[in-house]
Amino acid sequence: MPAISLAKAPQPASTDPAQIRNFCIIAHIDHGKSTLADRMLGITEVVDPRNMRAQYLDRMDIERERGITIKSQAVRLPWRSGIDGNEYILNMIDTPGHVDFTYEVSRSLAACEGAVLLVDCAQGIEAQTLANLYLAMENNLTIIPVLNKIDLPNAQPEKFAAELAKLIGCQPEDCLRVSGKTGDGVKELLDEIIKQIPPPQGDANAPARALIFDSVYDSYRGVVTYVRVIDGHLTPREQIQMFSTGVRHEALEVGVISPEPLASKGLGVGEVGYLITGVKDVRQSRVGDTITTYNNPTKQPLAGYKDPKPMVFSGLFPLDGADFPVLREALDKLQLNDAALVYEPESSAALGFGFRCGFLGLLHMEIVRERLEREHKLNLISTAPNVVYNVTMDDGKEVRVTNPSEFPSGKVDVVKEPIVKSTILAPSEFIGTIMELCQDRRGVLLGMDYISEERVEIRYDLPLAEIVFDFFDQLKSRTKGYASLDYEEKGDAIGNLVKVDILLQGEAVDAFSAVVHRDKAYAYGIMMTAKLRELIPRQQFEVPIQAAIGSRIIARESIRAIRKDVLAKCYGGDISRKRKLLEKQKEGKKRMKMVGRVEVPQEAFVAALATDADIEKVKAARKL
Amino acid sequence: MALSFYVHIPYCIKRCGYCDFNTYTPNELQDGATLEIVSNDYIDAVLRELDAAPKDLVPTIFFGGGTPSLLPPDDLGRVITAIKARNGLTEDCEITLEANPDSVTAEKLQRYLEVGFNRISFGMQSSKAHVLAVLDRTHEPANVRKSVDMARAAGFSSISVDLIYGAPGESIDDWRESVVEALSLDVDHISAYALIVETGTKLAAQIKRGDLSMPDDDVMADMYLLIDELCGTRGFSWYELSNWSKPGHECQHNIAYWQNKNWWGLGPGAHSHIDSKRFWNVKHPTVYKQRLFDDQSPIADSEQLSASQIKDESILLGIRMREGISLELLGPRQIERLADYRENGFVVLEHERALLTPTGRLIADRIVREITI
Repeated sequence: MPAISLAKAPQPASTDPAQIRNFCIIAHIDHGKSTLADRMLGITEVVDPRNMRAQYLDRMDIERERGITIKSQAVRLPWRSGIDGNEYILNMIDTPGHVDFTYEVSRSLAACEGAVLLVDCAQGIEAQTLANLYLAMENNLTIIPVLNKIDLPNAQPEKFAAELAKLIGCQPEDCLRVSGKTGDGVKELLDEIIKQIPPPQGDANAPARALIFDSVYDSYRGVVTYVRVIDGHLTPREQIQMFSTGVRHEALEVGVISPEPLASKGLGVGEVGYLITGVKDVRQSRVGDTITTYNNPTKQPLAGYKDPKPMVFSGLFPLDGADFPVLREALDKLQLNDAALVYEPESSAALGFGFRCGFLGLLHMEIVRERLEREHKLNLISTAPNVVYNVTMDDGKEVRVTNPSEFPSGKVDVVKEPIVKSTILAPSEFIGTIMELCQDRRGVLLGMDYISEERVEIRYDLPLAEIVFDFFDQLKSRTKGYASLDYEEKGDAIGNLVKVDILLQGEAVDAFSAVVHRDKAYAYGIMMTAKLRELIPRQQFEVPIQAAIGSRIIARESIRAIRKDVLAKCYGGDISRKRKLLEKQKEGKKRMKMVGRVEVPQEAFVAALATDADIEKVKAARKL
Repeated sequence: MALSFYVHIPYCIKRCGYCDFNTYTPNELQDGATLEIVSNDYIDAVLRELDAAPKDLVPTIFFGGGTPSLLPPDDLGRVITAIKARNGLTEDCEITLEANPDSVTAEKLQRYLEVGFNRISFGMQSSKAHVLAVLDRTHEPANVRKSVDMARAAGFSSISVDLIYGAPGESIDDWRESVVEALSLDVDHISAYALIVETGTKLAAQIKRGDLSMPDDDVMADMYLLIDELCGTRGFSWYELSNWSKPGHECQHNIAYWQNKNWWGLGPGAHSHIDSKRFWNVKHPTVYKQRLFDDQSPIADSEQLSASQIKDESILLGIRMREGISLELLGPRQIERLADYRENGFVVLEHERALLTPTGRLIADRIVREITI
């Protein structure tokens, strides 16, 4: 049988690179990558059928629940080729499935020589598939096109084989057909991987160079660093060094994942595995960094290392102010395993103490939020996400603005905002509504191609600020859920952006300021002033609410003074009830914030600032 | 310590559209019953409850309801007699009857005086027929003048009328006419309340359905200021937020409530206040009677007030009165908070006391919240 027992297979640190094949699976969410991985684990007998569970490699609860892979895994699979009968070691490197984690994906790809491009042949090619395919091609990986889910009744393998072939530049018959669910075609796929993907190249005698393509914090073992050895070798108990930080560590343990960690005598050229240094902070093991040995260090690091860069910012505040320390601790814990998460304390007149957090993207933000709420039992309010602006003043001074309240006053010369290149795939019947949406969001059309008769790829440059909030939702609802979206950073562009301030009784309320496009400033001002007029209770004096750009008022509302706030009757039977009402109102008053002389209940602030989903939550909690 | 008594008569012929008092029509108590049937042993039950009360001297007694004037004067007289025998009345004991202008006659009024009443209050509400109709009141506007005159002739020493403002469909001119009419009567005392639509009332349903709509809060504010002004010009001074009287004709019984004296409420749903403890009786007349005839207490629940609750009450009750509250009741931070209200003319400080101006009275509850935090 083609399966080889691990004990009898070529061992780490003594495997000939010619026997190694490093590959990853590129797929859109839901196209069956994890199931295929499960099947491979089963067929190579690396996992005993008795111990098998669905989406075996997805360890995080969230991953399992949502059926997505967030963290990479690398699994060593021994296999005897059905074509030439020889023993091989296949390293399956799992890649994160989402656009937010492009950098992580790119580093996982850099650890491979080939990629299985997996397409659900009931759904077809999606935007994400394309994005990752281009990445793989940029990394000069050998691409093996595979159509998955051929077991489904609505599978259309011929149709999508033709699309795929056109995309990659191969023949439709070159596209393998498999079913991750039934196992059909998987053995043949493993054989093709061996046949088509080249073995790794590297110099065993050169100073060690290993690429970190993932690092994960484990509460028992500390940080587990996933590496691909390019040159030289890594040996346990050796002193190693991280190129970017220059910090020296001891490689306490070196091994492979099969699929559980297995300590080994080391890792040689072309091998993929893990090492443990005892550090507790993932920032000590940075994705994309080069590991070398301390005693014979390399002078040439591997290319492509980048510091993670947050693209989307949002404020996170605990619903109950007393939970602030809990939130802080929770973020500290999350950070251990999330090198991309950045945060700093922030205080809002409205929402109290919280944190301003930076995320790689919306999914990253959602995941962090969900983990905070679920694992740490926190009830959170998040303020609508915003992006980083770069403002150049008239006198040449540059200001980086992560929060609208940081927007400088005074003469502004130029405002730059981040732009993303977005790729949308959708049925062609929705072209009109998609273009309308993108245009409304200040998009610049880059191009449009039909990838098949009924499906079209539309590319737009869009300001990141315009898509961080509900662009994706809008896109989905306009296209009945059929559209898919991918985007990548494209640097900054000058935008006609202004800061809109909201003033209560002439005093600007920081929490309500926003940076918007000049054309949208008026609409924002109208919306906010009207919203606040409904939310802020009447005071004993009239309260003007204004929206302003600089000193220019662009919208105004007014809250009339309250003239009657008394219960006329107060006899014997009324006193108890009246006093109880007073006691209740006193509690309510504690949640009042003062903005100048204006009393604003906390709920009003929250409702004005929070995303709509949160408003419902607050209302339910406080019976607004 | 003196002890005032409140006596509740929980019967009405018809329920008014806005009413959410603890009162019942005979039919609500017993299918096809008459007033006599449902009320015949009522006073017996009340007298049993009286046995539990302290025996201090009594300065005021107040008969409210419901419609106390529905019961024969002698029935009510039994209660007065019992209290007099048991506790003793002060020399100038004020004994008030709430009466419906439709259900009094000269004979009845005479008899009320004979059994001990010396003060009478008529539910006038409005002088305008269309407003009375919205309020679902039974009486003819003209009956009010007739009843007042009869009461005066019979010899009542203090006569009062109750007014309601802010009913759906009532204009500020309608209100002005009602006030002027009330002030032209031979009365010594006027009470006036903004209509409050309580959930569960017929009026609430009508408003919810959209058949009727409430006037603007600001119009209600103007209505209040109007009566305050008109009363002032006719020799009626305000002595409590909703009460105006000629000098010496303030309602002593109600003042006992606002000054947190001891008082005992007899009857179903009645509240009592004895030495910083509040307690109240079960609401339903039948249950009330049953308890008492079974030798059980009719008390449903109670609360012993804490020091801070007593303080809150002193403030919320005291500020409603002409004399306001002593600044000693307030801490320095609370006095500070009053500064804003003083600046805007809602509160004045006089002789170490904080008093409400007319506009201040209109936002009294707000001010109380401010200074009790």
